Amino acid sequence: MVANTRNLTSLALALHRVSLWLKSSRPYLMLIGFAGFLGFWYLSVEVWKLPRFSEMPGPTQVVREWFSKDPTYGLSIFVPEYYMHIWVSTRRILIAFFLATAIGVPLGLFLGWSERFKQFVFPVFELLRPVPPLAWVPLAIVMFRGSETPVIFLTFLASFYATALNTMLGVESIDVSYIRAADCLGATRWQVFRHVIVPGAMPFIFTGLQISVGVAWFSLVAGEMVSGQYGLGYVINTSYTMVRYPTIIIGMVTLGIVGYVTSAAVRLVGDYLMQWRTRELALGGDR
Amino acid sequence: MSVLPAAVQSFSPGAEPVRKGRIRINDVVKIYGADDTGILAVDHCTFEVPPGEITVVVGPSGCGKTTLLNAIAGFHSISSGSIYLDDQMLCGPGKLKAQPGPDRIVVFQNGALFPWKTNIENVTFGPIMQGAMSSAEAYDKARDMMADAGLRDVEHNYPGEISSGVRRRVEIVRALMNNPKILLLDEPYRALDSLTKSVMHEALLEIFYKNRVSIFFITHDLEEAIFLGHRVVIMTTRPCRPKKILDIDIPHPRDYSVLTAKRFREFMDETVAAVHEEAIKAFAAGEKER
Amino acid sequence: MAAAGRAVSSKVASFILGDDFWRGVVSIAAFLVFWEIGSRSQAWFGFAFPWVSQVPAPTAVLQEMFKLVQEPSFWNSALLSTVRVFEGFFAAMAIGIPLGLAMAVSRTFYGITFPVFEVLRPIPPLAWVPASIIFWPTQELSIAFVTFLGAFFTIVINVIGGAQAIDVRYFQAARSMGSSTWDIFRRIILPGTLPSIVVGATVGVGITWAVVVAAEMISGGGSAGSMGGAAGGGLGFFIWNSYVGGSYTQIVAGMISIGIAGYISSAALRKIGQWMTPWLSEN
Repeated sequence: MVANTRNLTSLALALHRVSLWLKSSRPYLMLIGFAGFLGFWYLSVEVWKLPRFSEMPGPTQVVREWFSKDPTYGLSIFVPEYYMHIWVSTRRILIAFFLATAIGVPLGLFLGWSERFKQFVFPVFELLRPVPPLAWVPLAIVMFRGSETPVIFLTFLASFYATALNTMLGVESIDVSYIRAADCLGATRWQVFRHVIVPGAMPFIFTGLQISVGVAWFSLVAGEMVSGQYGLGYVINTSYTMVRYPTIIIGMVTLGIVGYVTSAAVRLVGDYLMQWRTRELALGGDR
Repeated sequence: MSVLPAAVQSFSPGAEPVRKGRIRINDVVKIYGADDTGILAVDHCTFEVPPGEITVVVGPSGCGKTTLLNAIAGFHSISSGSIYLDDQMLCGPGKLKAQPGPDRIVVFQNGALFPWKTNIENVTFGPIMQGAMSSAEAYDKARDMMADAGLRDVEHNYPGEISSGVRRRVEIVRALMNNPKILLLDEPYRALDSLTKSVMHEALLEIFYKNRVSIFFITHDLEEAIFLGHRVVIMTTRPCRPKKILDIDIPHPRDYSVLTAKRFREFMDETVAAVHEEAIKAFAAGEKER
Repeated sequence: MAAAGRAVSSKVASFILGDDFWRGVVSIAAFLVFWEIGSRSQAWFGFAFPWVSQVPAPTAVLQEMFKLVQEPSFWNSALLSTVRVFEGFFAAMAIGIPLGLAMAVSRTFYGITFPVFEVLRPIPPLAWVPASIIFWPTQELSIAFVTFLGAFFTIVINVIGGAQAIDVRYFQAARSMGSSTWDIFRRIILPGTLPSIVVGATVGVGITWAVVVAAEMISGGGSAGSMGGAAGGGLGFFIWNSYVGGSYTQIVAGMISIGIAGYISSAALRKIGQWMTPWLSEN
C-alpha cells in the first residue's frame, strides 16, 4: 500500500532516524568506546608513563595546547595561522577534487557507455594506474612550475582515478532492463544516456566521490609533507622536526575532522540529489 | 477496482475486428554462441499472434520463450527465419536483429520503471522522448490514464515508495501511452503473491478491453494462461517449438468466476498432461531457474 | 583435460585476433608516440610542449631500465620495498580480519569500537608518520606501522560489509540442522566473508604500496628535512634520490618499476582469491 509519503519531508525522515538512534543503546556504546580509547591514551602516557608511551604527548597536554589562548608551540584554535593552514589544505583539495570530478565523471560515463571508447582508452588508463600518487612527486616537480601545482596535480591524480573507475563501474552496473525499456519507449541513444545512464549511475558516482575525497586527502598530506609550504601535512611534518609534539596530534586531529566534514558534505549533496534513493532506503522498500 | 462492468460496455464481440498488431513468427531458429558449439534455444518455431487478442506462451523455465520475446522486441538477434509485425519485417534474412520501438513495448519481469523519476514522469517518458506530444499534452493524457487505472494518488511518488503490484500497473500505463500495436509481457506477475496476481489479472483484462491492444504474454503458470488468453501456445522444453496450440473459446469479457467453470477445467485437463511432460523433461535436463 | 586446453587456447586466439585487443594496442602505441614526440619537442620543433617536454622520452627510459635491471642494488631496493609492503599488509590482515569479524558478529562490540574506528579513519596514514616515529623504537617498525594502518582500515571495512551481507537464511538453515556456534562461524561466516576479504586485500595492497613509497620518500629526505636516520633503500627512496641527483630517466624508470610491482601484487592476490573462492567463478 502507498504510505502517505508526500507529506513526509526529508527533514522529518532525518529527524525520525535520529530519534530512533538516540533510543537505542548505540550512543552509550559509542561513549564507552571513546572513553576507553581516550582513557587508555591518558593512562598510558600521563599516569603510568609506560615505556614506549612516555615520549608521546598525552591527551590533556594536547587539549590544553589546542584550546589555549597563548599556545606554547604556536598553534591553537585561537591562532589565525591555524586556520590559514586549514584553508590552504582545503583549497588544494577543492581545486583538485573539482578538476578530478569534472574530468573523471564524464570520462567514466563514456568508458562505461561506449564499448569502443573503452577499448581505446581503458588500456592507457590502466597502464598508468598502478603507479602510486607519491611516486609522481619528483616527476610532477620536474613537469610543473611552482610549488602549488605539483601538489595539486598529485591530489588530482589520485582523486581522478577513483572517480573515473567508480563512475565506469556504476554505468556497467545499471540493470540492462532500464536501457531496454527506454529503447522500447522510443528514446534515442543520447536520450538514453541523459535519462537512464546518468541518473542510474549516480549512486555509484557518489560513492566514488566519497572515496575520491578520502584519497585526495591521503595524497595531499603526502605531497605536503614532501614538498609543500603551509598546509596541515606541512604542519605535522615541521612539528616533528621542531620537536613540537602536541602540535603533531593537533594536526592529526584537525585532519581527521576536516577530512570527515568534506566526506560528509559529499554524501549530503548526494543524498539531496538522489531523493528517490534516500526515500526508498528510509522506507525499507517493498520488493 | 471493479471497473469491469463499465469496460464491458465498450467491448462487444460484434465490434469491428482489430487489424493491427499481428505477429507472424516464421521458422525462427536461435543459436547462442558459435555455430558448432552453441546452444540451440529456439528450434524452427512457427506460430502466429493474431491481432487484438491475448496470446499466452507457456513453457518450462529456460525453454527459450523469453528468447522469442527478446527477438520480437529487438533485444536479441535470431539465427535464421523471420518475424513480421503486420506487413513489416521486424527481423529476417539480411536483418537478423529488430530495432526496438514503441510499436512493441515490453513489460519486464522485475519491472523497469525508472527509479529516479516519479511515476508520472515515467508515464510521460515515451511520448516526450519521441517528440510525439508536447510536455503539457503528455502530462494531461498521463493524468487521465493514471486516474482511469486508479493510480491518481501515486502520481508524484517514486517507484521505490509503492508496492510491486502498483508498480506493474504504472508500467503498463507507461506502455499504453504510446499506442503500441502490441504489448510484450515477460512473466510480469511471476514475482507477485497469488492474491495480488488475481487482482492484476483482472486489471490486465480491463486494460485490454479498453484499449484492444494485442498482447503477447509469457508465463509458466498454466492457470494464468488459460484464464487470460484467447490462444495458448504450449512450448516444448529447450530448444522450444510449439507443442500444442489451443484456442480458448471461453467468451470475453471474463472474470474470476471463469476459474470454476466447466470449460475451464476441460482446458486444464487437456493441457496439464502436455505441460507436465515437458516439465519433467526440463527437470531431467537440469534446467536452472533463471 | 585436452578439451580444456583447446578451449583456453582458442579463447586466447580469439582475444588476440579480436578487435578489442588491437584497439588497446593502437591506443597504447599512440600514447607512447605522443610521449616520445612531446619529450623531444624542444629538439625537433624548436618549441617545447607545455609539460611533456620536461619528461624524459620513452626510448631513454627503456635504455635506463635495461641498465637498472642488471644492477643488484636496484633489485635490493625492490626487495626491500616489497618486504615492507608485505610486512604491513600481513599485519593488517592478521589483525583486521579477526577484528572485522568480531565487529560483524557482536552488536555490542561493534557499538563500542566502530565510532572510534570511524573517527580515526579519515586521518591519512602518512599523517601518522611522526607519531609513529616517536613511538616505535626503530625506523623500520615505524614505517611498518604506517603501512599497516594504510591497509587495515580498508580490510576491516570490507570484512564487516561482507559479513553483514551474508543472507540470514544460511544461518537459519544451519541452526535448523543443529550446528553449533563455532560450526556456524567456521562454515558460514568465514567462507561467506571470504570474497569481501579478497576485495579488501586487493585494494589494501595497492594502498600499502602507495604508503610504503611515500614513507620511503619522506624518511629518505623530504624538503622538510630528513626524519631521523638513514632509513635508506627501497624504491621510493630510489626515486627521490634520482630526483635529487638530477637523473630524470631514473625517476621514470623507478615509477614504472613500482607500477609493475604493485600490479603484480594485486594480480597475485586476485588469483589467490579466485583459488580460495572457486564457487564464485562458476557461472
